[in-house]
Amino acid sequence: MDLATFLIQCLNALQYGLLLFLVASGLTLIFGIMGVINLAHGSFYMVGAYMAYALAPVVASTFGGGFFATLLVGLVLAVILGYLLEWAFFSFLYEREHLQQVLMTYGLILVFEELRSLLVGDDVHGVPPPDLLAGTIALGEMMTYPVYRLFVSGVCLALALGMYLVFTRTRLGMMIRAGSNNREMVQSLGIDVQFLYRVVFAAGMAVAVLAGMVAAPISSVYPGMGNQVLIICFVVVVIGGIGSIRGALLAALLIGIVDTFGKVVFPQAAGVLVYVLMALILLWKPSGLFSAG
Amino acid sequence: MKHKLGFVVACFAALALYPAVAGSFGLDLVTKIMVYAIFALSLELLVGATGLVCFGQAAFFGIGAYAAVLLSPANGDAPGLWWLLPASVAAAAAYAAVMGALCLRTQGVYFIMVTLAFAQMAYYIVHDTPLGGGTDGIYLTAKPVLGPAASPWLDLDKPLAIYGFTLACLALQFGFMALLLCSRFGRALAGIKANEQRMRATGFSTYPYKLAAFVISGGMAGLGGFLFGVKDGFVNPELMSWHLSGAVLIMIILGGLGHLRGALIGAFAFALLQEFFKSEAIFGAFAKHWTLGLGLTIIASVALLPRGLVGLPGQLAARLTGQRPSSAAAANASEAP
Repeated sequence: MDLATFLIQCLNALQYGLLLFLVASGLTLIFGIMGVINLAHGSFYMVGAYMAYALAPVVASTFGGGFFATLLVGLVLAVILGYLLEWAFFSFLYEREHLQQVLMTYGLILVFEELRSLLVGDDVHGVPPPDLLAGTIALGEMMTYPVYRLFVSGVCLALALGMYLVFTRTRLGMMIRAGSNNREMVQSLGIDVQFLYRVVFAAGMAVAVLAGMVAAPISSVYPGMGNQVLIICFVVVVIGGIGSIRGALLAALLIGIVDTFGKVVFPQAAGVLVYVLMALILLWKPSGLFSAG
Repeated sequence: MKHKLGFVVACFAALALYPAVAGSFGLDLVTKIMVYAIFALSLELLVGATGLVCFGQAAFFGIGAYAAVLLSPANGDAPGLWWLLPASVAAAAAYAAVMGALCLRTQGVYFIMVTLAFAQMAYYIVHDTPLGGGTDGIYLTAKPVLGPAASPWLDLDKPLAIYGFTLACLALQFGFMALLLCSRFGRALAGIKANEQRMRATGFSTYPYKLAAFVISGGMAGLGGFLFGVKDGFVNPELMSWHLSGAVLIMIILGGLGHLRGALIGAFAFALLQEFFKSEAIFGAFAKHWTLGLGLTIIASVALLPRGLVGLPGQLAARLTGQRPSSAAAANASEAP
C-alpha cells in the first residue's frame, strides 16, 4: 500500500466513521435519555435516503430545486414525523418493560419497510451529488478524491460540534441531561419532561434522516439499507458507552478505521472484525469506553 | 394453575391429532412451527426465567443444524439418530459454554450486544469460510434413522416421522423445563431475575447458575436447529443471522414473557400471522406486502396487550366482569408462576 492509497483509505475511514457517528448519535441520545431501545432507528436512516431520492423532483418543481433545499425540506419533515411518532407510539411505553419497546420498534421496522415498498417501490436508485460538489481533488499524481465525500465529513463534524455545544452550553441541553438522570425530579421542578422527550426523539430522528440524505449520493438508495446500518450503530453505541456522545464519536471512528482497513488488509475476515473488536472491548470494559453513568 | 395445565395438555393433544386431518403442506408447516416453538422455549429459559436477554440465540440453532449436516457421513449412508442428535446438541451447548462464560461478565444492554457479537462471529465463520459451504449452504445427503439401516424403526425422511419426532421433542422439552423451573435451580434463576444483588447477598454464587442456564438453553436451541436441518435437509448461514435471533425474541415477547406457554403461543401466533398475511387467497395481490400487516398487528399487540397474548384471557375476563384492568393485572401477576 503506497502513501496515496493509504491516505485515501484514511479519508474513507474517517468519512465512514463520521457518518456512522451521525446515525448512532441519534440512537445513543434516544437510548441514553429516554431509555428506549429504538430498533426503528435504521429505518429512519433509510427514510432519509429515500427522501433524498423522492423529494428532489418535488422540491425542484415547487422551490426551484437544489440539493440543499431538498436537505432542508427533508429535515423539517423529519422533525415533524419524529414528533408525531413519539406522540403516537412511544409516549405510553416509558412505564413498560424495555422488551415491549423492542417489540414495538420491530413492528415499526416492518411497517416502514413496507410503506417504502408501496410508495417508492423496491428498485435501487442512485442520487447524483450536487453540481457544486461533484468534482474531485487530486491526491498525488494518479489519485483523486471526490469533493462530496469531504463535504459529508464536514457536515458530520459540524453536527457533532453543534450537538456538543447544545448539550453542554444551553439551557435545553441542561434540562435534557437532568431529565435523563432523574425524570421525576425534573418534572417536579416544573419542566415538561413529556415535551422534552418529544424534542429529543424528534432531534434524534432528524439526525438519522439527515445522515441518510447526505449518504444517499455515496451509497445509493436500496431496500433494506436501514437494517444494515442498524446493527452497526448499536455496536457503536455500546462500544462508546450508552448515552455518551463523546464515546459514540470515538467508537464510530474506531469502527470506521477497523472496517475500512480490514477490507483492504484481511478481505476474508472483514465482516467479523467489527464484532471481534466489540467483544474484546466489552470484555475489557463491560460498560463501554465512556459510560455515561 | 389447573386451567393452565388443561390448556397445555389440550394444545399437545391437538398437535398429536393434527396429522389425521392435515395435508402435506399443513404437516410441514406445523413441523416448522413446532421447531420454532422448541427454539422459542430455549430462549424463554434465558429471557423469561433468568432475565438474561440473549440476542445471539440463532448461533446455537445454526450450530445444531450445521453439526447435523457436517457430522453425517459424507458417503451418503444414513447416520444413526442415537449419536447424531446428542452430538449436535453437545456442539451447540459447547459454544454456549464458551460464549456464556465470556458474555456473562457484562450486563443489561451490553449483554445483549455481546451475545450478538458472538453470534455474528459464528455467522461469519460459516458465511466466509469453506467449512460450511459458504453463502450457498450445504445439503444433508441422508436423513438420520433409528434402528437397523435396512429397515429402520424411525426414518426421519418421512414427513409423518419427523412430525411425530418433533412433537415428542417439544413435549419432552416442555415437561423438562416445567420441572426445571419448579426445582431449586429454577427458583434460583427466578431470584436472579428479580434481584441479582440480593441473591448474592443471601449467599448464592449467581454466575454458575446463569452459566448453567445459558448452556442448557444453548443445547435446547441446538436441538431445534438439528430438527430444522434434518427437516429441510439443507442448511445455510441465514440460520445464524441476527434476523432469526430477533424473530425468536419477538415470538416470546409476543406470546408473553415469564410463562412457558407464552413461548408456545408466541411461536404459533408469529408463524401463523405470517402465513395469514402472506396468503393470496385472502389478500390477493396485496399479499406481497405481507410485512405491513404483520407489523401493524405487532404494534397493535404492544399497545393493547401489555403482557403478551398470555394475558389476553385475563384482560377479557376483567372487561366482562367489569373489574378495573389494573387490579386484574395485579392479581394475575401475583399468581403467575
